[in-house]
Amino acid sequence: MTSVIENNAAEPYAAYFAGLMSDPLAGLSHAIRNLRREGFSRLEEMGFPSQEDEDWRFLNVSPIVRGRFLPPPPAAAHEGEVRALLDSAAIAGLDSYRVVFVNGRFRKDLSSLAGLPKAVFAGSLAEALASPLQTRVEEHLGKHLAPKFNGFAALNAAMIEDGAVIFVPRGGVLDKPLELVFVSVPVENPFSTHPRNLVLIEPTAQASVIETYIGEPGAAYFTNAATEVLVSEGARLSWYKVQREAQGAYHVAATQIVQERDSTVAHLALNFGGAIVRNDINLYIGGEGATGVLDGLYMISGRQWCDTHTRIDHAKPNCESHELYKGILDDNARGVFNGRIYVHQDAQKTDAKQTNQTLLLSDTAQINANPQLEIFADDVKCTHGATIGQIDEDHVFYLQTRGIPKDEAKSLLTYAFANDIVRRIAIDPLRVAVEKIVLAAREAPTDFVI
Amino acid sequence: MLEIRNLHANVEGAEILHGIDLTVRAGEVHAIMGPNGSGKSTLAQIIAGRDCYEVTEGTILFDGKNLLELEPEERACEGIFLAFQYPVEIPGVSNTYFLKAALNAVRKYRGEDELDAVEFLSLVREKMKLLGMSEDLMNRSVNEGFSGGEKKRNEIFQMAVLSPRLAVLDETDSGLDIDALKIVANGVNALRSPDRAILVVTHYQRLLDYIVPDYVHVLANGRIVKSGGKDLALELEEKGYSWIDEPASV
Repeated sequence: MTSVIENNAAEPYAAYFAGLMSDPLAGLSHAIRNLRREGFSRLEEMGFPSQEDEDWRFLNVSPIVRGRFLPPPPAAAHEGEVRALLDSAAIAGLDSYRVVFVNGRFRKDLSSLAGLPKAVFAGSLAEALASPLQTRVEEHLGKHLAPKFNGFAALNAAMIEDGAVIFVPRGGVLDKPLELVFVSVPVENPFSTHPRNLVLIEPTAQASVIETYIGEPGAAYFTNAATEVLVSEGARLSWYKVQREAQGAYHVAATQIVQERDSTVAHLALNFGGAIVRNDINLYIGGEGATGVLDGLYMISGRQWCDTHTRIDHAKPNCESHELYKGILDDNARGVFNGRIYVHQDAQKTDAKQTNQTLLLSDTAQINANPQLEIFADDVKCTHGATIGQIDEDHVFYLQTRGIPKDEAKSLLTYAFANDIVRRIAIDPLRVAVEKIVLAAREAPTDFVI
Repeated sequence: MLEIRNLHANVEGAEILHGIDLTVRAGEVHAIMGPNGSGKSTLAQIIAGRDCYEVTEGTILFDGKNLLELEPEERACEGIFLAFQYPVEIPGVSNTYFLKAALNAVRKYRGEDELDAVEFLSLVREKMKLLGMSEDLMNRSVNEGFSGGEKKRNEIFQMAVLSPRLAVLDETDSGLDIDALKIVANGVNALRSPDRAILVVTHYQRLLDYIVPDYVHVLANGRIVKSGGKDLALELEEKGYSWIDEPASV
């Protein structure tokens, strides 16, 4: 039966794709049209992944495939809802630049980019293509995360309409964090968005980025994001992803980060929302002396599914990578953590450490944890470990004997488990905001219907 | 203050306590001594509300309230404090946050206002000084990486901050060197007052040199087999426990 779906994977999107290709306004550029065309034909060829694919075997994406979600009609969103959601996504006390997308489309009027340092670019893909950055964008877009990565990446490429572009020039320092905020509010029909983001951090430049997804409760939609990041020689990038999609929403995102020599990347992913969530985070360490950090926390309940696949490629010698992923699963939630570290033959003196820890708060929550080390160099230090456990009743009793009620004690211990990740957030207002989300998540109603 | 009547308790179906009777009045210090496995720690844990023990018979009243109907946190708020034999390490929860949450939970229960940051800090500083603790401990996770002695000291420090009406000390002297023992005893003695009571559970007499009890009870095989004044502790130290084992097994 799966072959039927595969053969028809691109069909629901064909009319929309044809419309995009014939619309001169949505044309963006010749290179983009080629990338779309490649995406569409890859999708026709490959179809969407199914549980027969090794990398997708614990995640049932058929509700997404069957949903045949198309991009929403423009300008159908209710402004009041948009502003309310933006307010709830606001990080108290944070002074930042903001690039805002509503239902997949850039909203300059809601963005705040005043005072952006000269020669730094932050804005929409369309704007970037109409700027002197055009050739740089065309050179990199689709190169690091190719449509062939999987069916969703192919669909994203076929549907390219908008997305964020960030460019920090050589030696440039972004003086404030840059927020990319993707807001989804309900329109008449369930819909999809396909943000296509490109980030170019030039040699010795520095930036920190907060990528936020937030959806109106009850909204039915599918976010299918693809992000390509190039961190050049000696550059530093801190990246925080905060996924707070609506509880019934679907979220699939692939991020490809490429590091050049002596660069430093710290990527921290926080996943709270969504009914079916899949994150692919790939870090390609392609230059000597580079350091890459992948951290993450997923906190899910009800019938939420959250699947994280990370891949770290050590392609060159003398690099280090550190990875700590923690999961907190309640009710009937299901999680997957698949962490692959691939040490290429040349990558001598690699130092790679991966840890995955899961806290199960119910007897019916499930996690599949699968660390994978593939090492083709002979002088390396690579470790990995995975633990799965429950709240320690001795700890709960200890807190109770000090006057702290049982439920509160459990929340506190859950929070303590999460705090290992939360305290790594270097932007103070963001850390405080995430602390609040983590605490609130333990009190929120946990059961809902997809 | 505390009245235990005919207390029987099981763990996993096996009876450990076979009918304990004990009355502790305000202002008194009682010591419960006994060999390993006699049920001393079980009794301490049951008073605090540990739910892995099943009370099959008997009652525990605290100021006339039926303690067995209260959750551990309610017992704590009523004024019962258990200093653990093995305090747990809780990574990720700072001592400050933990103690503040505990203190405010207890105050709220008693209808008192929560302490603000300044009041809390000055209370904490005063009690840290009493226990000779350094302030950097407050920013560390609860008991994480503490030595055995530091953990025990932290228990008494928590007790000093929460100022309970009945303190139950479960083998508080184990793992302490003589200097730490004196500091801990000093902290406990500072709490002694006519409206408080202290129950010291210990295997050895040495803690009782510093926390001098009004009454000593000997627990063996789940029963109190002998009660007396502080001299009983010295007698036990001298003769060991073998001489009191006999009547209990009859």
